[in-house]
Amino acid sequence: MEVIRHGGGNGGESGSGPPDDFRVRQLRARDMLTGDLQDSELESYLEERLLFTTFEKAANWARSNALFPATFGLACCAIEMMSMVGARADIARFGFEVFRASPRQADMLILSGRISIKMAPVIRRLYDQMLEPKWVIAMGACSSSMGVFNNYAITPADKFLPVDVHIPGCPPRPEALLHGILRLRSKVQANPPEGWRARYGGEGTEEVVEAEQEAHAENVPGRDTLSG
Amino acid sequence: MPDATGLELLAQEIGERRDGAVLSTVFFREHAALLVDPPALRDALCFVRDRGYRFLSSVHGVDYWPEEPRLGVHYELLDMDKVDRISVKVRVPIAEPQVDSVVDLWATADHQEREVYDMFGVVFRGHPDLRRILMPEDYEGFPQRRDFPIGGEPVMFTHNERDMNYIE
Repeated sequence: MEVIRHGGGNGGESGSGPPDDFRVRQLRARDMLTGDLQDSELESYLEERLLFTTFEKAANWARSNALFPATFGLACCAIEMMSMVGARADIARFGFEVFRASPRQADMLILSGRISIKMAPVIRRLYDQMLEPKWVIAMGACSSSMGVFNNYAITPADKFLPVDVHIPGCPPRPEALLHGILRLRSKVQANPPEGWRARYGGEGTEEVVEAEQEAHAENVPGRDTLSG
Repeated sequence: MPDATGLELLAQEIGERRDGAVLSTVFFREHAALLVDPPALRDALCFVRDRGYRFLSSVHGVDYWPEEPRLGVHYELLDMDKVDRISVKVRVPIAEPQVDSVVDLWATADHQEREVYDMFGVVFRGHPDLRRILMPEDYEGFPQRRDFPIGGEPVMFTHNERDMNYIE
């Protein structure tokens, strides 16, 4: 849906529609309140009168200003991630300070450190346990490109996860991580089409218990439209 | 105890118990090391343990490539009373990398031998539970052997930029 602004006060559209004087508008408003306006008439009235903002925009605005990271540290980058919460960088200014202890409650997974090939399935499982919508930040050189570890034991996060934001550095300073999270915030607000998320098999992967799954399907019919 | 002379005396005593048990001795930078014949390993370790080196502080694997026999296992022993250390080494060929387990002598050898098996493929006979300990269970190969490919992501340097074919 588009943002529709219609009606008086717009100087630019003189003569484009029928004259819509105050009395007529008042009468139609009364009709609507008494319930005489119905179906298509009511619909067109609402479209004329109300300011529609897209629901996704509002939802994304709310989501982007309170991304809860999962309490999850992998290696030395985790120290910088922790200090980001402290008084100096103070991520609470932006609403990202609530580190949730469960992936079920988290919106954002910060891969803070090197990922061994033995840890990779665990991380993928954590990612699958997070509920949509969910985002991933690869923090530091190791989780982005294996960094200094070019060997048999380490794997980059791109191999098994859709990563939204990569933050360079070894380790990145807290300010850099803050910047990365703010970039993620603007990305969530703009909500760009992300073909690569499907490429990595990152959509509709939430891990749901079967009994939950049925309840989930019944209770949330419009889930597809929300999950961006 | 073992200065250079003490080490030779120790080696001689082990050799007397079993002929040819000690292949060589090395005394380097105040550290004594015995190279032991693989069949005599447990015997030598028991003997050294009874001499006071009761604490097995570490078990290492080594790949001596291109020397033969390629694989080695090092046992670092510590005498807690005299605060003195000695190394017992054993070398096995890569075709048949079998060493007797010492888990019944030192319980700590359990995980350390598993690590040596994981990284170098040395099979410890008599180990109660010889599985991989660090790498994933379905991992193939022994990554710390020197002929094992480094793996990971190929990185473009100037010497291989033409081979990488990144730019197409």
